[in-house]
Amino acid sequence: MSNSGPEQVTESWKEEVIPMLNFRLNGQDVSVDAPGNATLLSVLSNDLKQAGPKFGCGLSQCGACSVLIDSDPVRACQTQAQAAVGRSVTTLEGLREDGEPNALQRAMIAEQAAQCGYCANGMIIVAQALLDRNPTPTEQDVRSALNGNLCRCGTHNRIVRAVLRAAQEA
Amino acid sequence: MNLMIDRRTFLKGTGGFLAVSFLLPSAVFAQQAAANAGPELPGDLRNHPQLSSWLRINADGTVNLFIGKVELGQGALTAVGQVAAEELVIDFNRLVILAGDTELCPDEGTTAGSQTMPNCAPAVQQAAAEIRAILRKLAAEKLGVGEDTLTLADGTITSGGQSVTYWDLVADLQLEVDATGTAPLLPIAEHKVIGQNIPRVDIPAKMTGEAIFVQEMNPEGVLYGAIARPPTYKATLNDVDLAPIEAMPGVRQVIRNGSFLGVIAERQDQAWAAADALERTANWNVPTGLPGHDGMEEWLLTAEAEEKEWKNTVRADGTAVAETYEAQYYRPYHMHGSIGTSAAIAQKGEDGKITVWTHSQSVWATAAAIEKMLGLAEGMVHAIHTEGSGCYGHNMADDAAADACLLANAMPGTPIKLQYTRAGEHKWEPYGSAMVNKLSATLDAEGNILDWEHHIYSTPHGSRPGGNPGNLLSARYLDPPFEQPTPNDGGPPNFSATRNGLTNYELPGERVVTHFIREMPLRVSSTRGLGAYANVVAIEQFIDELAVKAGADPVEYRLRFLKDERMRDVLTRCAEAFGWDNYERQPNRGRGIAIARYKNYAAMTAVAVEVQVTRRNGLVRVLRAVTANDGGHIVSPDGMANQVEGGAIQAFSWALKEEVKFDNTQVLSTDWASYPILTFGEVPPVENVLIDRPGEPYLGNGESSQGPAGAAVANAIADAIGTRMRHGPYTPDRVLDAIRNA
Ligand code: FES
Ligand code: FES
Repeated sequence: MSNSGPEQVTESWKEEVIPMLNFRLNGQDVSVDAPGNATLLSVLSNDLKQAGPKFGCGLSQCGACSVLIDSDPVRACQTQAQAAVGRSVTTLEGLREDGEPNALQRAMIAEQAAQCGYCANGMIIVAQALLDRNPTPTEQDVRSALNGNLCRCGTHNRIVRAVLRAAQEA
Repeated sequence: MNLMIDRRTFLKGTGGFLAVSFLLPSAVFAQQAAANAGPELPGDLRNHPQLSSWLRINADGTVNLFIGKVELGQGALTAVGQVAAEELVIDFNRLVILAGDTELCPDEGTTAGSQTMPNCAPAVQQAAAEIRAILRKLAAEKLGVGEDTLTLADGTITSGGQSVTYWDLVADLQLEVDATGTAPLLPIAEHKVIGQNIPRVDIPAKMTGEAIFVQEMNPEGVLYGAIARPPTYKATLNDVDLAPIEAMPGVRQVIRNGSFLGVIAERQDQAWAAADALERTANWNVPTGLPGHDGMEEWLLTAEAEEKEWKNTVRADGTAVAETYEAQYYRPYHMHGSIGTSAAIAQKGEDGKITVWTHSQSVWATAAAIEKMLGLAEGMVHAIHTEGSGCYGHNMADDAAADACLLANAMPGTPIKLQYTRAGEHKWEPYGSAMVNKLSATLDAEGNILDWEHHIYSTPHGSRPGGNPGNLLSARYLDPPFEQPTPNDGGPPNFSATRNGLTNYELPGERVVTHFIREMPLRVSSTRGLGAYANVVAIEQFIDELAVKAGADPVEYRLRFLKDERMRDVLTRCAEAFGWDNYERQPNRGRGIAIARYKNYAAMTAVAVEVQVTRRNGLVRVLRAVTANDGGHIVSPDGMANQVEGGAIQAFSWALKEEVKFDNTQVLSTDWASYPILTFGEVPPVENVLIDRPGEPYLGNGESSQGPAGAAVANAIADAIGTRMRHGPYTPDRVLDAIRNA
């Protein structure tokens, strides 16, 4: 038997109160009153009830929480909410066009690119950013872009096909 | 007080508008004959004969289907829905499916082991046929015509110029009656819904950010929970100062009960921070004595075990033994590793009853275990299945449900949501058991197998809640603690440690002995395929080794002993599609093939792969893969391909990368860096050959490709480097060692 001794209780938990967070979410101005050290994922899920970005690891390892800030994909679990201030955040729901799935979302549906579908948010967000900067990616481009996104169900090849289909149909 | 989640959202979330393309079981058709022949009720209709338990017709033109099996991302609900729509002769979209609600749905036990289609679908099919018969009778009376003049289309019953709909007849429809088992099913030739490759309608929601997973739901007024776990399984809490934790931002309540520590806070991240602080500042008694991952193979061989001989076919002929060959294989612990950590939402009502939204595979048995854990009367926990991330077996879904209930019980009225951290899931989920397989064979002068002997060493594979609180993680830390029951090994036909431990080959002599170890150094439970993965990987590597020894082609060598025509077909079709016979050998590349029939009676799958080994660093890359599958009658080719390919890719990941690491005290695999899985850059293109067997029973495809996929990789590595990898995973270090020691 060994003892794991208690650590010192530090003051690092104390959170400073900060002003409202103002940013654009899916084209609309939002104002959120959240703790200063809150992550963007926490603000999007807890406060703004966004269902697209999902918690998978909280460690920037899986991509399930991905959102776009301006046109860059970021891992919302490791991004401070304050980093979004004054910028434009797009979630999976924000990619819809007039409430309907956009081209990439349609391609994901057409390819039935899911088993459980938990990873789909991150796949679409990252692939959308790829397509926005490179409308005609090769299969290799798609695989490299998605290499940091994990899927446990083995749906990878369908997802790659869906991204290529979206590029083709655009 | 009600949880502010719109009930319809849950109805949708649990499958109301799912239309997942799926494989329909020919078991349904087989049951059809049985149902026509006599009044014996099919499947789960035997336990729940009342028609209204399964189906309700509504005046608004919708039909409720209630089933006890749940959606796990495998599309089961849609398949059952197709059967219901077919027999009721209604459009599929009229169905509102409610699955896995312990108060509203028939108890059909656990959703596992490919049992949904054989048991749930035939029950629904017969119930729907009976209701159709009742509706026809009512319509004939109402219209004043003979029943034989009636025609049906999407809930409208027509005779001559007049018609009446199901929805008009609702007032007179009495479904609180038992099924008779005599209503005839529609002839297969008239099927319009069964057999269609319907796109899954849950997919649009998942692609567009509509809340469908319990992890995505954040109802109004919800507070968030987290659990502080001890450093290791058997640790106990000495003391802890709760005051500083209670003062942390957002913390509403800290709960201590024995060695159990839980937190309720305003935000999920605040709850995690508080639980983390609890873990770090508490004073724990920490036992040591785990074998460690490097000591596990030896531990399995020496631990106290119960020995059971499952097969002993003694060779009858007197062919002289020219040689004996043996080999030993090791499968490490594997994780389920769901991408979304487990979660649940629970709320205690004024009547003291707790409602819990959970992605458990066994809502009834889990609710019963939670009731016992909390000392509540039967029926005081109402569990409602809600989709979660893919689980691949018994992950922490049930623990999350129990933990949410523990916290909700401490704060009546408030909905409590709890989702585990990545480390909380990685370190505490029940793993797929580590195993050792010792194989030996005697050979004749040509290298043919004479006597085959297989010894399987394994800890348990099943510790689902099963109504016992000792199977819920947190219950073991309460005061007084609930003891974890000791799991049993499963016997035929499904087996657990011994699943696929018997070969599918016809060998002159075959003996199979399992050494079942009840002690569990690490927590274990059902993980995709149970013992089948290790057993198939070992058997299919061993026969490959024997083929190489005999100087034979691995396909030809297998065919010497593989007598089942369908399996022979699967193997040869796989080899053909791979281009086995005109394979051009290149340096540092190799090919491998393997085959198995899951559970020795379910789907038959062969997998062939080509790998490339980088000699400098030992890195193995699967360049391409071919699967061939016979799962009986194919109803949805796309669904079958999705399952078979997904299983194969997961198995490539297991084979090449995965091993739960632990030292003498605790689990060290705490995230995706310390437990890496296959990434896009490493996933090979996969070609799936589907062999259709119309009219043959549906065989279940969710787990059939894993063993063959793992074995094919091992065989291909051996083919590439000339040395055998017998200890998983086949990481660069191990491969480099093998190359150097060759
Ligand atoms: S949840 Fe953010 S990367 Fe995994
Ligand atoms: S589809 Fe389940 S994790 Fe990707």
